Amino acid sequence: MTNQATLTEKNIQKVSSHQKVVKIIVQALLYAFLGIMALIIVFPFYWMIISSLKSTPEYRLAVPTLFPKEIMWGNYAEAFTAANLGRLFLNTVIVGVVSTVLSLVITVLSAFAFARLEFKGKNTLFAALLATMMIPGELFTITNYVTVTKFGWIDRYVVLIVPFLVSVFYIYLLRQNFMQIPNELYLAAKVDGTTDLKYLWKVMIPLSLPTLISITILKMMGAWNSYVWPRLVTTKDNMRLITNGLRDAFTDMSGQANIPVQMAAVTVVSIPLFLVFIFLRKYIMKGVSRSGIKG
Amino acid sequence: MVESKHKWKAWLYLAPAIALLLVFTVWPIFNTLRMAFWEDYSIMKDLGGRLDFKFGIKNFVKVINYQGFKDCLVNTLLLTVLTVPISTLLALLIAVCLNAIKPLQRLLQTIFFLPYVTNSIAIGMVFEAMFNIVGYKTPEESIGIINTVLGVFGVDPINWINAGSSYWANIAVLVIYIVWNALPFKILILLGGLQSINKQYYDAAKIDSTPRVRVFTKITVPLLSPMLAYVVITGFIGGFKEYSSIVGIFGDDMQAVGGESLNTMVGYIYDALGNQEGRASAAALILFAIIFVVTMINLYVSKKKTHY
Repeated sequence: MTNQATLTEKNIQKVSSHQKVVKIIVQALLYAFLGIMALIIVFPFYWMIISSLKSTPEYRLAVPTLFPKEIMWGNYAEAFTAANLGRLFLNTVIVGVVSTVLSLVITVLSAFAFARLEFKGKNTLFAALLATMMIPGELFTITNYVTVTKFGWIDRYVVLIVPFLVSVFYIYLLRQNFMQIPNELYLAAKVDGTTDLKYLWKVMIPLSLPTLISITILKMMGAWNSYVWPRLVTTKDNMRLITNGLRDAFTDMSGQANIPVQMAAVTVVSIPLFLVFIFLRKYIMKGVSRSGIKG
Repeated sequence: MVESKHKWKAWLYLAPAIALLLVFTVWPIFNTLRMAFWEDYSIMKDLGGRLDFKFGIKNFVKVINYQGFKDCLVNTLLLTVLTVPISTLLALLIAVCLNAIKPLQRLLQTIFFLPYVTNSIAIGMVFEAMFNIVGYKTPEESIGIINTVLGVFGVDPINWINAGSSYWANIAVLVIYIVWNALPFKILILLGGLQSINKQYYDAAKIDSTPRVRVFTKITVPLLSPMLAYVVITGFIGGFKEYSSIVGIFGDDMQAVGGESLNTMVGYIYDALGNQEGRASAAALILFAIIFVVTMINLYVSKKKTHY
């Protein structure tokens, strides 16, 4: 009896140690796969930074070096002049900041009306707004191009800011957030004679700060990454935004183009995005996972 | 909800949004439809105050019969059909693996999200540099980092994007870049879905000592199907609107030097702006119709296959 018991115990031990080995192998395979994938994901960034610091002869070596022999900071200075990055950076900051501030004001006011106020046709209007989100943006771009030409807005900052101030998605996002704030707070404020605007400023905005930060980041990233619209509505190079400078300044495909300088310009454009990502990751992910909309 | 005494106040709050939406969202819906059916419309005539354009379907006929548009349609379909399944499967695999590990999970998760916050033109140029054969004139010079790495595995250098490169080599580069770019969003959504699956299902399977593969196909995939459907649908919509990845790698010409055009539907629409708004509108409506039909099919299929 006891003999048999120890035997099965031994068997169980054997089985569990067998399972342990399998588990370790599986885990090792998982890490190996994820590690290789992570390398593939990161490699372009590594190559971008490394190449931006190489001299042209070193970049062209048949056996590529994994780290620059001599660090060429001069590539960055050259990139700034070649792609006119200074001016384009200024344009992008102006457009980004102004459109973010105005967009936030408009979004907060509309979201407040939809979340807290009662008026005729509210639900119909909100549903109609959501329906416009299904239409691809290119359909709007065509008429908007005609409209801004008629307005005489070509080559002015206003054309880069005004057409995109209202985002139905942001209104929707903030409205959902406002709805979660208990109505009793609003009633109490009303009893105390607080005005709507003061209530909005003192209670609702502080309580929905994370959503507002998400909107700010997405909006700024939108200005930073916009390419098509500025190209369409500007004829002068110095009225364009930073991404335009990148592609337009280096369109030489002959293989003789100065790639290290090109990579320096690309790094300059990518670094701010990395910084935003590192410090504000959770806000970006929050916005992204609800939308699927890039930029 | 409080009955506001001043109902006009709500409209006051909404006024800026509504005014802008009327001009830049509602008006375009009508006007683009109208322009598509105006046969001889051009912005120049419009600015000159002419509005007596001929009404008809000539714009659509021209767009559909135009070889350049057919090429754009083929390129768009090809890129969508190739990138959506590859990126979805790869993202699913990565998400499942990420979900199965404990140490380093957060670090790896962050790394896999990295391509999301990039500028698609900028990183397109990095891919261009990586695939570019630098020294195709002298053998002492670089054949490009991708060819060098492939050389380690015994692969002969391939002309990916340089002058004289083949259409399929160009497409391969675009597929690699688009998949690389599409992974983060899909991994984020799928991993979120995996983490919300109730652990009890897996415990039950463990008691019954169900094999791993069966657990995956009978528990994980069905419970993840709403997220999979979401990722596939947004993937198709994004695929049909592909444009800036191609500009990033091949520039505004949308082709390798001397190569076949890699232009897409959206690229066609932008090219037509400036003198052929009627045709651009017709093409945009066709694009919208395609996206609409494909999304409906996707929704129909996912409704049949999805378990909520």
